[in-house]
Amino acid sequence: MISVGIDVGSVAAKAAAYDGEKILVTALMPTGWSPKESGGQLLKIIMGELNITKNDIGTIVGTGYGRVSLPFADKKITEITCHGRGAHYIDPRIRTIIDIGGQDSKVIRINKKGNVVDFLMNDKCAAGTGRFLQVMSNALEIDIDELSQLASGAEPANINSMCTVFAESEVVSLIAEGTPKNAIASGLLHSVCNKTYSLVGKMGIEEIVFFSGGVSRSKKMGELLSKKLRVEVRSSDESQFVGAIGAAIIGYEQIKQPALLFEQK
Amino acid sequence: MRPKIMEEVEGLRGINSLNIKEAHEAGRKVVGMYCIFSPQEISLAADAISVTLCGTTQAPVGDAERELPRNLCALIKSSYGYAITDTCPYFYFSDVLLAETTCDGKKKMYELMGKIKPMHVMNLPQTAKDDDALDIWKNEMVKFKKFLEREFKLEITDDKLRDAIKLMNRERIAMKRLHELNTHKPAPLTGMDMMLAQWLKGFNVDKEAGIELIERLIAEVEARMEKGIYAFNENAPRILLTGCPIGSGSEKVLKILEESGASVVALENCTGYKGLDTLVDETKDPVTAIAEKYLSTSCSCMTYNEGRLDLIKRLAEEYKVDGVVDLTWIACHTYNVESYAVRNFVRDELGLPFLQIETDYSDSDVGQIKVRTEAFLETMVSAITA
Repeated sequence: MISVGIDVGSVAAKAAAYDGEKILVTALMPTGWSPKESGGQLLKIIMGELNITKNDIGTIVGTGYGRVSLPFADKKITEITCHGRGAHYIDPRIRTIIDIGGQDSKVIRINKKGNVVDFLMNDKCAAGTGRFLQVMSNALEIDIDELSQLASGAEPANINSMCTVFAESEVVSLIAEGTPKNAIASGLLHSVCNKTYSLVGKMGIEEIVFFSGGVSRSKKMGELLSKKLRVEVRSSDESQFVGAIGAAIIGYEQIKQPALLFEQK
Repeated sequence: MRPKIMEEVEGLRGINSLNIKEAHEAGRKVVGMYCIFSPQEISLAADAISVTLCGTTQAPVGDAERELPRNLCALIKSSYGYAITDTCPYFYFSDVLLAETTCDGKKKMYELMGKIKPMHVMNLPQTAKDDDALDIWKNEMVKFKKFLEREFKLEITDDKLRDAIKLMNRERIAMKRLHELNTHKPAPLTGMDMMLAQWLKGFNVDKEAGIELIERLIAEVEARMEKGIYAFNENAPRILLTGCPIGSGSEKVLKILEESGASVVALENCTGYKGLDTLVDETKDPVTAIAEKYLSTSCSCMTYNEGRLDLIKRLAEEYKVDGVVDLTWIACHTYNVESYAVRNFVRDELGLPFLQIETDYSDSDVGQIKVRTEAFLETMVSAITA
């Protein structure tokens, strides 16, 4: 029996399959305009990769902001809870998760079982999220994946505005004034780092600290966070799949022991 | 499948807006109020009708924002908005308004509202702890009494005060008994119905009829309990809701909690249990007794407010609570600052999960509140099943 977790975020949809012992496969694609479509596509991809059918799947758990749009999900769990369990799978010593996604950022504290102890979210504003970096990458006329490379080794230019809209104006002005693009790129990463720092401040940190979400693909961002927080901030190849992995693991438990969760109306 | 009497409860506001019109036409006086610091006994002793005024929907907020800053508590804006748009029948028929200097926002809003109708502002001491606090507040009671005597051209006798005290105490006792039904696991009433029953009763023109209605509701719920009919199943996480007041229109967080499967069993806020906790002492001098009871209100506008922590602890135990949610209206500094102490108390001393939600009356953040609420409830499930 397999369980599948599908994490539909604002930018990317992720999926993972679990057999009770290990994660067998993961998949990712842009969410696009239809969480239901991309979620369904991911399910097909997973089944294709594992050469299985729907009958081999015990439970499908949906998470992420698009979870409400997945009619084929047996259970819907928040990404917060899923991140906790997913991080625990990746390394049971993790106690703090810093998740920076497409349009929100979160800090999640978990216990030794991977259960959430506390959390704090910034989902009211694009500052400090992937969206901020996306908008700024456009202003710099580069691909978002090139941002870290561009920033490498450069002294950060000062970006004063927190607000994405005003910061974009600032970046355009800086470019016009002749500020080197790598200084600007560095300044932008620092900006996201600072915003994350204030979020973390309210939650407090307990090691091991794990960096997840799309923005964690930037190793440079991880380094900046480690420096600012004065603690090692780790990530892995599975960083973007933490939610999907957690969802799959929770789903597997449902196969073994169904209906432990109370019914949501 | 709600108790049938809830239909009657929901009809209260409509019926009473007619009742109050008729009472006004019959020459009865009406004292409108906003807050549980308001000494209703004194209004009743002046043969007046004592009613709560509207302030719990988003509808009039836009109008209020023409004169009040946008960055202000939604309850204050809504209350003022209803007043200036003339859309609250109880405000319309109020002969006088009773206000208190509770928080900064209300205090300054009352300056504007006082221009619309005769208003008496009571000067609430900042703290209940000082030796002279009770004397100050007693003196404020006397001032209000004299104000009504002048306005309504009558005398408020001690006997009338004593009768009013007995009536209000009976109302409090009835309401408490309703709340206490939810100490049972599972709860027989939803938090929504509990909130509605208490909130709507505030619009009641005839207090005796209100008490009688609550007692009938209690009887119906008890009968249902005997048949094993409850509002939730045993697994539903039991929540205590504390913080700022809510009402019909501003019950977003309560609604989301219950839609997500939680059973809101206890309302510590002033919409709920806070004002019911202490009765007025019927053996003492009436003015002193009234002043004592109201001064003991554990609102965050008072410094210090340990009484609130004590009440949260007691309710958490009696109602067998699994978690605490603290609602703060955006721009409510007193409850917002106090949330930190409540959080530490709930987590460290009571060992319970805690979630603070800061929001306003609008619907723009429903998605964000849902994700936090669901994640919070999910932690409770894992705690129960760990």
